[in-house]
Amino acid sequence: MSGLQWFNALSAGAAPVAGLPASLKVADGVLGEQAVRFIAVVPDAANRFPRARQGEVGLLEGWGLAKAVDEAIASGDQRPIIAIVDVPSQAYGRREEALGIHQALAGAADSYARARLAGHPVIALLVGKAMSGAFLAHGYQANRLIALRDPGVMVHAMGKASAARVTLRSVEELEALAASVPPMAYDIDSYASLGLLWETLTVSQIEQPTADDLARVSDCLVQAIKDIQNSGVRDLRGRLGAVNRAASSHVRELLREQW
Amino acid sequence: MTDLLNRHSFVELGARQRAKALLDAGSYRELIDPFQRVMSPWLSRQGVVPQADDGVVIAKGTLDGLPVVIAAIEGNFQGGSLGEVGGAKIAGALELAAEDNRNGIPTRAVLLLETGGVRLQEANLGLAAIADIHAAIVDLRQYQPVIGVVAGSVGCFGGMSIAAGLCSYLLVTREARLGLNGPQVIEQEAGLEEYDSRDRPFIWSLTGGEQRFNSGLADRYVADDVAQIRQQISELLQQGLPATQRSRQADYYLARLAELDAAPQIEPATVRDLYQGERS
Repeated sequence: MSGLQWFNALSAGAAPVAGLPASLKVADGVLGEQAVRFIAVVPDAANRFPRARQGEVGLLEGWGLAKAVDEAIASGDQRPIIAIVDVPSQAYGRREEALGIHQALAGAADSYARARLAGHPVIALLVGKAMSGAFLAHGYQANRLIALRDPGVMVHAMGKASAARVTLRSVEELEALAASVPPMAYDIDSYASLGLLWETLTVSQIEQPTADDLARVSDCLVQAIKDIQNSGVRDLRGRLGAVNRAASSHVRELLREQW
Repeated sequence: MTDLLNRHSFVELGARQRAKALLDAGSYRELIDPFQRVMSPWLSRQGVVPQADDGVVIAKGTLDGLPVVIAAIEGNFQGGSLGEVGGAKIAGALELAAEDNRNGIPTRAVLLLETGGVRLQEANLGLAAIADIHAAIVDLRQYQPVIGVVAGSVGCFGGMSIAAGLCSYLLVTREARLGLNGPQVIEQEAGLEEYDSRDRPFIWSLTGGEQRFNSGLADRYVADDVAQIRQQISELLQQGLPATQRSRQADYYLARLAELDAAPQIEPATVRDLYQGERS
């Protein structure tokens, strides 16, 4: 529930945006002195799609995110977009596959990427799980990724049980390997070592942010917005450069030489 | 019968042969070829033998005289999974193609997608690379069409199915499957009742190339034949950018989904009926 808590805290007093699925919380608020749009995916026990009732990103969420971001682009004011990320997974189900959940998530990724290219500072604030396809649709296209430092905050491609099954390992073997292979690890410090995060922040109560927590996070978001605006960079090159992601830079250099 | 005998299977070709078969004769040039041995830095330590091209072939050349870069994923290496190196090869090639266009060189891209998505042995670096690929497709697509091809037999899953959804055009064969989640993972997460990963006709009826085409989720449905696939890609390249990008139709799909009775479990025909008429 961190996602909803942080959405409520950050968007207190902001105008909620209507016309979207109930599993999306969207509001136009103010950060510092800047008008911004906050977007979160939250659990909706009454979701028409039963496999998307616990905060998963499914069909309605993917296309709904696309719509929420498209509206911000259409405003023409390049307002910053803050994606509050607490998404346990994409929705796994027959309806989802049949109706093209991949296309719904492409809709969301498309809109976030176009917002960034159009000059909107896009920031993903990780306050819970940021898993796989759900994160690709909601947050991974941001100019800057900011994570709260907490055991509940994690980025990964697949939950442990499924990852173990697919790689033909036991969960214990998977955990042992993850401890020595940074990209396989589930903790936020290992993830930070890949160079993908712009900042990590410590808060005192992640589930129920205090006034100090809120001030610290708000300040960091304001700094990130300024940093993006001052840089003028609209692509994702800022994520390259870490030792644990050296091959990603090396491959690009070779491609450029041989192009 | 004569028609069958004259066909040359595209599906049976490896990634490198596929790229060669699509490009104009003599124009093929591979970047970071296997002799350069740029391999995954993560697999050996996990007891997996790396491959000299990391399962991704990047080739430049021309197709009907137009400048093209092809990124072909080798489905036979680790299920076509994307790790750091293979992912960076695709993202980097698309980034340079977009840069070409900003410099007045109209480079187009063709993606040959045979992939289970993120390589779990490189989990977060595969996921990050796929986010970069998404970003690069959306960027390049502003200038030139990006064409996705799912021929089979691996199909296209995970984060790369989202990449397929971002392409300007998508071409599929009867051997293709396209879906976000692999059948095994859905069964693991949701149970046998929801998704029986061993029921192949069921899987194909929902996610196979023919169904995706008939539901408006792919643009071309082609026989498994090198010449016909090449012809269709050529036509799409000539066509230029689509009037409306499929991934930009949120209002359309939200309206269709609002009409659906989501209570009963879904049938393939329901999807076709719901999305029918989507193709303009």
